[in-house]
Amino acid sequence: MEYVSPEGLRLDGRRPTEMRQLRAEVGVVAKADGSASFEMGNTKVIAAVYGPREVQNKGQQMDDQALVRCEYSMANFSTGDRMRKPKGDRRSTEISLVIRQTMEACILTHLMPRSQIDIFVQVLQADGGTRSACINAATLALADAGIPMRDLVTSCSAGYLNNIPLLDLNYVEDSAGGPDVTVGILPKLDKVTLLQMDAKLPIDIFENVMQLAIEGCKAVANYIREILLENTKKLEFCRGV
Amino acid sequence: MRGMQLSLNKTQKLRLERALEQLESLSSKSNSDASVTIADNISVNCEDAILKGHGTTELDGHVVATLCGVVERVNKLVYVRALRARYKPEIGDIIVGRVIEVAPKRWRLEINFSQDAVLMLSSMNLPDGIQRRRTAIDELNMRSIFEENDVICAEVRGFQHDGCLHLQARSQKYGKLERGQLLTITPYLVKKRKQHFHYLEQYGIDLILGCNGYVWVGEHVEVKDPMLVEDQLNKSEQPIADSENSMSSADEVDTCTPLETRQNICRTANAIRVLSTLGFVVTVEVILAVVNLSMSLSLDIHEMLGPEFYVLVAEKEAERRSSLGKKR
Repeated sequence: MEYVSPEGLRLDGRRPTEMRQLRAEVGVVAKADGSASFEMGNTKVIAAVYGPREVQNKGQQMDDQALVRCEYSMANFSTGDRMRKPKGDRRSTEISLVIRQTMEACILTHLMPRSQIDIFVQVLQADGGTRSACINAATLALADAGIPMRDLVTSCSAGYLNNIPLLDLNYVEDSAGGPDVTVGILPKLDKVTLLQMDAKLPIDIFENVMQLAIEGCKAVANYIREILLENTKKLEFCRGV
Repeated sequence: MRGMQLSLNKTQKLRLERALEQLESLSSKSNSDASVTIADNISVNCEDAILKGHGTTELDGHVVATLCGVVERVNKLVYVRALRARYKPEIGDIIVGRVIEVAPKRWRLEINFSQDAVLMLSSMNLPDGIQRRRTAIDELNMRSIFEENDVICAEVRGFQHDGCLHLQARSQKYGKLERGQLLTITPYLVKKRKQHFHYLEQYGIDLILGCNGYVWVGEHVEVKDPMLVEDQLNKSEQPIADSENSMSSADEVDTCTPLETRQNICRTANAIRVLSTLGFVVTVEVILAVVNLSMSLSLDIHEMLGPEFYVLVAEKEAERRSSLGKKR
């Protein structure tokens, strides 16, 4: 099947190095300490952060740093066919672990000993790239909750179909069976915190695809930074002196 | 707006936007420049002698923010004040908390902090008011003083070496709070003032603005000064007076709060809810202004949470701040 037309357009009319439309909103869950919703094209994700708060399970309490817990779940209505088991299946457990490790790498946990930070991410609409959207939403929610972080974490995916590197795959391109590289970086420090790939790629092509994904991450980082700055300014002038 | 699930019609949206724009223009220009997000560079003049405070870290010789907030500079100290973070306790703060556990010789309270606070039995006045060593019987009777889910007002006494927060409630004005409402707002909306206990005489209600963002609105309780009571009574009369006191407290429990006081409590609580959703600072003057506004428009209490009142409060606040600015 042709995923890139001879004119160079993909199935949804994008160019190979074009990302889908991004939309983010901060403060969507009123009860949570921090929350955000993030949309990458048709993929919509909500993240809520609770913490730092008292550790529920005293056995897991750490005296020198905060405990970070993460739970990823997909809503039943998020995919084409109604999902049977939104949580607890292998894919959700794996993605929860991945998001937890990614966020733990950038949260300054030693500043909040003996406490617990909970990150809950829920996918409302899944159209490829849910992992990346979840990490971006979690970053926004953590920043909204006032939890100190080393840097923003942004994530984007890229693939290789019809011998062309494609940025930000949607569901159809993802299920084509080609390689799918998900990268999560700390944009300011220029460090990679997450790198996952399905299928196989020769190493030189892999470098190109990974570079493309990193460019996408940096674009997401600029957008997230704008949103956070606008939100901070708004809160500040509402509060007054 | 956070937590606002209201549908504003077109005119209301326009009015709200206009009021917010007015507030934005009133805020000083220097403030808007000082807002930073995570990993933004903070401009410092002499890089060597700067003290890096909360919310900052060093990267390649630059000072970088680790929080989203506003940069504050005090002499050589540079720090980032986060806006929507959890409460940061300081010694002497008045806080309102809820008991979640009765533990050996202490109560654990939930305040809006990264850990639960601890109120030791020895930091609490005994019911009979005598200063003495707490015995095992006192420990067994702890539940008669405070139980789970009671709301308590206390003061921050200090931190332990492991970061645990200790409270004390030794004065008459601290202790269990009854007959009222507890509201949660974000801590940055409560400014640290000299007075956190307010008695609104015209409505007959008590208002306690806890520094941790928990606000108590309740029926007014007369704070009995124990010193005066002791001087008035002779030692021989004390057993009789004790039984009289216990009977009067039982009477108090039976009498209900009058309807008008309850309505005033609800009105004040709704005013605080509106202010916190709009993100305005919550002080007694502003609360009273909002309550007076609702009374002057003779709005029903439940209408205060409607979209029209939100927009009115935003406009009123914009007016108030612009008039403050013109006075200076």
